[in-house]
Amino acid sequence: MSETHYREILKNGVWTQNTGFVALLGLCPLLATSNSVVNGLGLGLATTLVLLISNVAISLIRNLVRPEVRIPVFVLVIACVVTAVEMVMHAFLPGLYTVLGIFIPLIVTNCCVIGRAEAFAFKHGAAPSAVDGVATGLGFTLALVMLGGFREILGQGTLFGQAELLFGEAGKALTLRIIADYRGFLLAILPPGAFIGLGCLIAVKNVLDARAKRRVKPVATVASPQRASA
Amino acid sequence: MRFRTVTSPHILAEAGVAQLMRRVLYAMAPGIMALIWFFGWGVLVNLALATSIALAAEAAMLLARGKPAVAQLNDYSAVVTAWLLAVALPPLSPWWLTATGVVSAIVVAKHLYGGLGYNPFNPAMIGYVVLLISFPREMSTWLIPHGFGQPEAVTWSETLRAIFGGVMPERFAPDALTGATPLDVLRTQLGLGLNVAEIRNSPVFGIVAGSGWEWATLGFLAGGLWLVYTRTAAWQIPVGMLGALAVVATVFHVVNPQRYAPPWFHLWSGAAIFGAFFIATDPVTASTTPRGRLFYGAGIGLLVYIIRGFGGYPDGVAFAVLLMNIAAPTIDLYTPPRVFGARRE
Repeated sequence: MSETHYREILKNGVWTQNTGFVALLGLCPLLATSNSVVNGLGLGLATTLVLLISNVAISLIRNLVRPEVRIPVFVLVIACVVTAVEMVMHAFLPGLYTVLGIFIPLIVTNCCVIGRAEAFAFKHGAAPSAVDGVATGLGFTLALVMLGGFREILGQGTLFGQAELLFGEAGKALTLRIIADYRGFLLAILPPGAFIGLGCLIAVKNVLDARAKRRVKPVATVASPQRASA
Repeated sequence: MRFRTVTSPHILAEAGVAQLMRRVLYAMAPGIMALIWFFGWGVLVNLALATSIALAAEAAMLLARGKPAVAQLNDYSAVVTAWLLAVALPPLSPWWLTATGVVSAIVVAKHLYGGLGYNPFNPAMIGYVVLLISFPREMSTWLIPHGFGQPEAVTWSETLRAIFGGVMPERFAPDALTGATPLDVLRTQLGLGLNVAEIRNSPVFGIVAGSGWEWATLGFLAGGLWLVYTRTAAWQIPVGMLGALAVVATVFHVVNPQRYAPPWFHLWSGAAIFGAFFIATDPVTASTTPRGRLFYGAGIGLLVYIIRGFGGYPDGVAFAVLLMNIAAPTIDLYTPPRVFGARRE
C-alpha cells in the first residue's frame, strides 16, 4: 500500500465520491439535520466515528464471514457501533443528543455506512478501510456542515448558533451573528430549504469540477465545444 | 401575367409569447384598478417594484445562462409573473417582501428549472408560497378596504414610507388600518363556534363576499372572460376549477348551512376567480389536453375547497395550483385527444 493510494482514498471519500454531493447516499439525515452548522457537525462526526469503527471491524472479520451472510453481519456490526455511539452521545452531549433525536439511531440505516462496508471494507485490509471510513465520514460531514451553514445563514442570520451543544459553555462565544437584526427566513430552515440548498451546492460542485477539468487539458477541448457535464 | 401563389395557411394568427402575455396584462387591468381604488397606492407601488425587480432578475439570469437577453426580456413573461405575484401581496408589504418573492419566482422557480417553457411549477405561485411559509405575519396584514381619496385611505407619502421605510402610518389605531381578510374572518369565527349567518353580519362582508374585495373579483372576472373569449386562456380550466369548487361547496352547504359557507361566497372570495382565469391557465404548467384541462381545473377547485375548509390556511389557491402542476403531466398521459379518424374504443 503506497502513500498515493491512501491519498486517492482520501480524495475519493471527501470530494470525488462525496456521499452527500455525488453518491447522494444518506439523504434523509443529510436533509433533516442540516438546519444549522452545529447539528450538521454533530451528526457528521457521529457518522464518521461509526464509519471508522464499522469499517475496521468488518475488514478484520472479512475472512471469517461467508459472503452469503455478509449483509446481516454488516447490519449487526453497524447496529452495535451505532448503539454504542448513541449511548456515548447521550452521556456526554445530552443537548445535542436531544436536538438530533431519532437521527442518531438512524445512522444504522444510512446507506453510506453499509455501502462502504460492502464496497470497500469487505475487500480491503484494516488500515485502508480505516482511512476510507474517515474519508467518507469527513466527506459526509463536509456536506452536512456546508448545507447547515447555508441554511443557518439564510434562515437565522447566524453561524455556529447553539455551539454550546457540541463544545460546552465555551462554545457560546463561537456563535457569529452574520446579519444583524435579521428577521429570519423560515423557508431555509424548513425541509424545502434543505432540498433547494443541496441542489445549489451540487451545482456549485459540478461547476468547480468542470472548471478543474478544463484547466487540466485545455487543448483537447478545442474541437468539440465542451459543456459542463451535469 | 403571373399571380403570386402562396401555400396554406393563408390566415396567420399573430399569437406569440409576447402577444399572449400582453393580453394577460390587459385583462388584469380592470381588477387591478378596483384593487387600487379600495386599497390605495400600495398596489401600484407593489406592481412597479415587482416588475422592475423581475426584469432585473430575468436579465441577470439570461445573461448568466448565455441566452439572448433582449429578445427574451421582450416577451413580457417576467412582467406577467411579477404582476400575478404583486396582486397577491398585501398593499403595504415592505419592499424586501416583494423582492424575496419575485427573486424566488424568477430565479428559482423559472430559470433554475430551465427558463420559460420548462418550469414545472407556476413561478408566481412559488414566489407567493415561499413568502406565505416564511413570513406569515407580513403576508396576512391586509389593509381594510376604503374608497379612493377618503380620509381613512392611506396617502401616497404614507404608502411610500410604509413600503420603503417600514413605518406604518401612525394616525390610525392598530386595528383601523389593517384587518383580517374575509376568508380569515370566516375561518377564525367558525373556529369560535359562530355559524355562517352570524359571521356574514360582520362589516368585513359586502353583498356577496368581502366588501371591496368583491369588486376586484368582478374586475378579474371581466378580464378573465375576455381572455377566454380571445382564446388566450383555455375555457376548460376555469370551468373545471370553478365548477368543482361550486359543486363541492353546494354539497357541503346543503348538508349543513350553519357550518359551511354558501357556494357563491366561495366562488367570489379569495383568489378563486383570479386563480381560475389567470393563474391556473398558465400554458406552461397546466395540463395541455382538452379533457385533461377539465380534470386539472377540477382538481384545483376540489383542493381549494379542502384547504379552505379543513386545512391550515384561509385560502388555498396557490397550494392547489402547485399540487395540480405536479399532476399535470400524468393527467396529460391519461387524457390524449382522439386522433382524427381513429376509431372510438
